[in-house]
Amino acid sequence: MTSAIPRHVSVDASGPDGPTKGLLRFLTCGSVDDGKSTLIGRLLYDTKLILEDQLAALERDSRKHGTVGDDIDFALLVDGLEAEREQGITIDVAYRFFSTPRRSFIVADTPGHEQYTRNMATGASNSDAAVILIDARKGVLTQTRRHSYICSLLGIRHIAVAVNKIDLVDFSGERFHHIVGDYFGFAQSLGFASITPIPLSARFGDNVTTRSERMRWYDGPTLLEFLESVEVEQALAEKPFRFPVQWVNRPNLDFRGFAGTVVSGTVRTGDKVVVAASGKESTVKRIVTADGDLEEARAGDAVTLTLADEIDIARGDVLARADSRPEVVDQFAAHVLWMAEEAMLPGRSYLMRIGTKYVPARVTNLKHKVDVNTLEHIAAKTLALNEIGLCNVATATPVAFDPYTENRETGAFILIDRFTNATAGAGMITFGLRRATNIHRQDLLVDKASRIRLNGHKPAILWFTGLSGSGKSTIANIVERELHARGAHTYMLDGDNVRHGLNRDLGFTDADRVENIRRVGEVAKLFVDAGLIVLCSFISPFRAERRMVRELVGEEEFIEVFVDTALEECMRRDPKGLYARAKEGKIKNFTGIDSPYERPESPEVLVNTDDCSAEDAARRILDALRERGIIG
Amino acid sequence: MNATVTRPTLSAHLKQLEAESIAIIREVAAEFRNPVMLYSIGKDSGVMLHLAMKAFYPSKPPFPLLHVDTTWKFRDMIRHRDQVAERYGVKLLVYVNPEGLARGINPITSGSQLHTQVMKTDALKQALDKYGFDAAFGGARRDEEKSRAKERVFSFRSVGHVWDPRNQRPELWRLYNTRINKGETIRVFPLSNWTELDIWQYTRAENIPVVPLYFAAPRPVVRRDGVLIMRDDDRLPLKPGETPEMRMVRFRSLGCYPLSAAVESTATTLDDIIEEMITTRTSERAGRLIDSDEAASMEKKKREGYF
Repeated sequence: MTSAIPRHVSVDASGPDGPTKGLLRFLTCGSVDDGKSTLIGRLLYDTKLILEDQLAALERDSRKHGTVGDDIDFALLVDGLEAEREQGITIDVAYRFFSTPRRSFIVADTPGHEQYTRNMATGASNSDAAVILIDARKGVLTQTRRHSYICSLLGIRHIAVAVNKIDLVDFSGERFHHIVGDYFGFAQSLGFASITPIPLSARFGDNVTTRSERMRWYDGPTLLEFLESVEVEQALAEKPFRFPVQWVNRPNLDFRGFAGTVVSGTVRTGDKVVVAASGKESTVKRIVTADGDLEEARAGDAVTLTLADEIDIARGDVLARADSRPEVVDQFAAHVLWMAEEAMLPGRSYLMRIGTKYVPARVTNLKHKVDVNTLEHIAAKTLALNEIGLCNVATATPVAFDPYTENRETGAFILIDRFTNATAGAGMITFGLRRATNIHRQDLLVDKASRIRLNGHKPAILWFTGLSGSGKSTIANIVERELHARGAHTYMLDGDNVRHGLNRDLGFTDADRVENIRRVGEVAKLFVDAGLIVLCSFISPFRAERRMVRELVGEEEFIEVFVDTALEECMRRDPKGLYARAKEGKIKNFTGIDSPYERPESPEVLVNTDDCSAEDAARRILDALRERGIIG
Repeated sequence: MNATVTRPTLSAHLKQLEAESIAIIREVAAEFRNPVMLYSIGKDSGVMLHLAMKAFYPSKPPFPLLHVDTTWKFRDMIRHRDQVAERYGVKLLVYVNPEGLARGINPITSGSQLHTQVMKTDALKQALDKYGFDAAFGGARRDEEKSRAKERVFSFRSVGHVWDPRNQRPELWRLYNTRINKGETIRVFPLSNWTELDIWQYTRAENIPVVPLYFAAPRPVVRRDGVLIMRDDDRLPLKPGETPEMRMVRFRSLGCYPLSAAVESTATTLDDIIEEMITTRTSERAGRLIDSDEAASMEKKKREGYF
């Protein structure tokens, strides 16, 4: 057995051992059986990062939960959460730290099962290199392909293929080369800059930090040598200058600084810079830090810039050099990895974070999803948890970006659920779909204000939501009759009617319901622009879509009317016989039966038809319109 | 301030850690209505405050410091706290759990668990609620303890300050999700990726003041259950046969004095401490008596709202 010679950490990374390469972030991927946690435990142990009391705890835990007899089970050292220790699986991303005289390391320890694809992607998003474990007995498996694909998608350039448990195949060079041949066979298409195969035994330490005496046929680097020497993209500093403004620093009237981190490139005082979205130009006056001004700031530096001119700049803006700007678009194609239990629905509004900017965004089209095991493209309407798809994405306002393959810092985004605020998706932009700057809205001579003057009332959307049979259409009809009698210009959009024409192509899946409401919302918005009071009567079961329509028009122009009739009452009325058929299973996805209805939290008007007639309800809605000054 | 400077003392990886932490601190100031920085007086808090001063220069940090005082901190810590607040010119809030005080909760007769629960965890939650803070910086590091290794940089707390380790937001790139609904809060850990050694090397390079208790000096200690406890004042009752003896000791981690074990040491300077760190064979939290109750002790406390 190879005895591990412990290495010492350096006194000071910049000390007598000479200049270091700084920090390397890498990730380990592999399933629990591949010995991933054991490998990390071994690295920490051999670099003396495991201390006496931790070792004592480890020995105690090894006896209780361990799987390697009387030996120390290194895996227990890194599987941090109680549930993981009990189940023997790694369900989250854990970060570990160690250093050698040459480099400091942050290891993202990520789970390998398919149901934890999001965790692996999380670890990969911040890593410069990856160690992909293969069990020497099993060779290249489906999961090896999956891990490699995700690493490639997330932009990792350098891969070490650690063929582990080589002791269990008698340190066979033949077996190793066979596996390596298989790996190169499929990994070529993934575009890694380098692939380094290493035969090792994490349990016994062979070729982890010390060269194995038992594999004289191998003359490549040990895993630690690979990690110490791999060249990560220092090229980040050579890429175009990008500076997402994080915070505007205004201690007094004489100082207006833009605080942020240079995410790529370099900037010098005197450089001419532009605000990417507006194209406004100025010159860098000072590069301010608490330790004194700098002449130059490079990728990774957190600084505060002051400019020669007073131009409009806010958090979320991206500064770039005038001669190499990012693209500015409001539609682009991107790979999206879905991370939420609730499926991604095209058309639904999410909050996007890109750089330091938050902007509402929708997936307008899911082109295909990717089978992470075979890399096949599959037609799909939604993305479920852990699925990856190529999407077209539209943002509410234009955003500055670079393709992810050119710049990970400016090409990545996350999507946030607007109700739970959960991080629901992660995206990598492939290319812009059209230049937002080329599409100019037609300026019109007659505008909304002039139509309002002619009509003598303000436009609005009256949005009736509630279960099927709750009385939405009945009440809306009475309201429209009364408005018409008062000389108001109205139009009624009714769920059933719209589905006979405009939305004839849509069914009742969640994805189609979202698209149904999106189209109706856009039509209603045009009618509001035309000066009409639009009455929309739709079950519209999801809060997210009702909110989407609300945000299409002015806050004062959207009046949500919740027709709150108990499900039992709706089923009793069942004017179209739909409930009866749904209960027999003849209609699928029927709201209230096998599809949810999300109640409005604070509707402008709440109508309970159990205790008031349709006429009374209509009167209350008309009162609400008067209170808001929409009608006289 | 227009002189251009170079900083040869900071190694490449400390410079990188510094910049990343500054970015995290700025992010909170930009996105939250009412943030606060938890200041526990220790070495990590010292580094965190120093980074905050840098992040907003030439402005001051746009948030106050909060110290949750259990009334059992070392006297040296309280002195240091007040000096630091004055030196940096930042607003310092001190909060003590009034109910705990009234009930006479203390680490000696109430036991360490109850004391920590009432005077630290509950007190912290009370203070956050009292001032309506929606984000709180903490100096915790991922290398300290296993369950902290999986903690997010922006760590979500539901209403009631509850942490659910199985339902954490994925954190990709540096695109932190700062969105919360009313009543929810975020704990932010700008030192997540620092190690204990990084903290000391940075403290030395940046000349950050630390509590003298980190340096070895002759101090009155008693040996209990195999660890050295300093008798910081006469509230610590002596057991039969115990007499405090003067020993050359220092502390690697500071908390309530009856719960913080001293280690024998001759390290009287930052250089000595760093040298000792490199050759040491025990982890820093080994001296924190509240951690060792059971294997998943820290995870349990964290779920209940402990930092």
